[in-house]
Amino acid sequence: MANNIIDLKNISVSFDGEQILKNMSLTIEDKEFLTLLGPSGCGKTTTLRIIAGFLQPDSGDVIFDGKLINGVPAHKRQVNTIFQRYALFTHLNVFENIAFGLRIRKTPEKEIKKAVSEMLELVNLKGFETRDIDSLSGGQQQRVAIARALVVKPRVLLLDEPLGALDLKLRKDMQNELKNIQQRLGITFIYVTHDQEEALSMSDKIVIMNNGVIQQIGTPIDIYNEPVNAFVADFIGESNIVDGIMKEDFVCEFSGNTFRCLDKGFAKNEAVDVVVRPEDVDVVPYEEGMLRGKVTSVTFKGVHFEIIVDIGGFKWMIQSTDEQFVGDNIGLFIEPDAIHIMKKSEYSGLYGDFSSYSEEFDELSDVNAEVEEEADE
Amino acid sequence: MNKLNARMRRVMTAPFAVWMAIFVVVPIALVLYYAFTDANGSFTASNITSIWEYRGTYLISIELALTATVICLLLAYPLAYSISKMKARRQQTMVLLVMLPMWMNFLIRTYAWMTILEDTGLINTLVKFLLSLVGYEFEGFSMINTNGAIILGMVYNFLPYMILPIYTVLTKIDKNVIEAARDLGANGFQIFTKVLLPQSIPGIISGITMVFVPAVSTFVISKLLGGGMTYLIGDIIENYFLGNTGEVNYNVGAALSLVLMVLILISMGIMNHFDEDDETNGGRVI
Repeated sequence: MANNIIDLKNISVSFDGEQILKNMSLTIEDKEFLTLLGPSGCGKTTTLRIIAGFLQPDSGDVIFDGKLINGVPAHKRQVNTIFQRYALFTHLNVFENIAFGLRIRKTPEKEIKKAVSEMLELVNLKGFETRDIDSLSGGQQQRVAIARALVVKPRVLLLDEPLGALDLKLRKDMQNELKNIQQRLGITFIYVTHDQEEALSMSDKIVIMNNGVIQQIGTPIDIYNEPVNAFVADFIGESNIVDGIMKEDFVCEFSGNTFRCLDKGFAKNEAVDVVVRPEDVDVVPYEEGMLRGKVTSVTFKGVHFEIIVDIGGFKWMIQSTDEQFVGDNIGLFIEPDAIHIMKKSEYSGLYGDFSSYSEEFDELSDVNAEVEEEADE
Repeated sequence: MNKLNARMRRVMTAPFAVWMAIFVVVPIALVLYYAFTDANGSFTASNITSIWEYRGTYLISIELALTATVICLLLAYPLAYSISKMKARRQQTMVLLVMLPMWMNFLIRTYAWMTILEDTGLINTLVKFLLSLVGYEFEGFSMINTNGAIILGMVYNFLPYMILPIYTVLTKIDKNVIEAARDLGANGFQIFTKVLLPQSIPGIISGITMVFVPAVSTFVISKLLGGGMTYLIGDIIENYFLGNTGEVNYNVGAALSLVLMVLILISMGIMNHFDEDDETNGGRVI
């Protein structure tokens, strides 16, 4: 208990009759880097705003350090926010932006000077004191926003997609820097993003959300290796998700073949979802394959080739460093530890087939909408 | 490509440039010419020096215009703020309501105020009637032909010009910025003084300019609502050009206009000094 800094209990929120968060409960440990990850509209930003105090939940409790803080306004919480578009005070220079929170607290001028210069050093902006906000680049503005929030020594820093507006290279640098800052200061970071790579590389713990419901909580490795359902498996990394049957412990059947696996504890002959990551599949000669199919598309990705293989009408994605050619018949070999078995869920059958594969994440996530349309017909 | 664009721009701005030359540059040149010549067209500074005589009029004009501007600001800011907080559709309606009076002729609106404020006007008739019901004889307020009536006329006529620019800057302020201030510990009052007010300064300055300039040079409002009791500098200038109550003298009239123009320019310059934001925010008046 002593280690939990924030407890959200049975939080529900709706806007205009639409439920954004559904009876959500979440415990956040002190000093951890926790990421709320999910597609847009999943309720992750709403969760952040509830913790910040900008939004009151319709029902449920927010507990901070053992104390109920439901009605406590934002400016009285030991929590600060980094906003999506930085939200800096453009009428003030860099120094005054960072000093803002301290001036509100009526901190003596000498301490302000010291604290601000420490912060500028922390975010690598020494010498920028008198610069105008408008004269800074996006990355620099971001650093000012971080310094401005950290200078008031919050126990928890909330970051709402803070790197969304930066270009790829800068984003990578800032990811490392944020992680460093978090470890150096030893405070809790709650990070909101829809970028799974960002989440995997920075977080101690990831909370995956969809439609206002937490799907899974775990370390990046757990979530990647042991997704609980098809949604998580698809959202984190690429996944081939096929229907399977758990014949008995450590034996499963899918795509017309029987495989050894490491999963157990399912009912005999229980219908399950089987996840195989594209990078865990080995390409072998046609005759030696546990699964056999025809290559329908090959894309060079630099590190590997992305190969789509048609196996009995289901399109698998394979990542291999060996080039294959469209039209080739190839065999696939899957190790037992490459197979992950999941219980059937509401997301079964919605994800994990690459027949309409597109690079655009949005189109993939639209599968939901398409299914709904089909159901209407 | 760029060169072509530059030429295109020049062609497209040509009509406006011609317009400005004919209706702004030439008149100012004429004002300058008349202000520094006598009736025979020879150079003299006596027009300018004779203006000292009207220092009282200048002062009262500035005083009334300033009062009206301050009242406008005090009325407009809270209104503009609350409009900017409304839902988009209500905002449109409210802005429309603010502009609605401007669809009517300025003179008609001012005449309307005469009939409202007159000794036998709407207010007095109503109050007298109500008091007579309780058996009280009332002589009526004397409202028309006072400085108060002039200020009222200025505030009424120029208020929309204060509301609109302030409303515009307020809607442009990112609401995350307000939340950031609250997040950093600022209460409502501190958010207002430390974020909202400084960020809305460009709008306040445009508003002040757009109210003060027409107010300080008005002659219609003072004539209709002041009833000739208070002469504003605009009235004097009008008299010199039209000769309503005395001799026609373009030269003194032009000199009066010139001094007024210089005074306005100086006050605008001082005000822009407070607006430290550079051009990036737009809204610069001069």
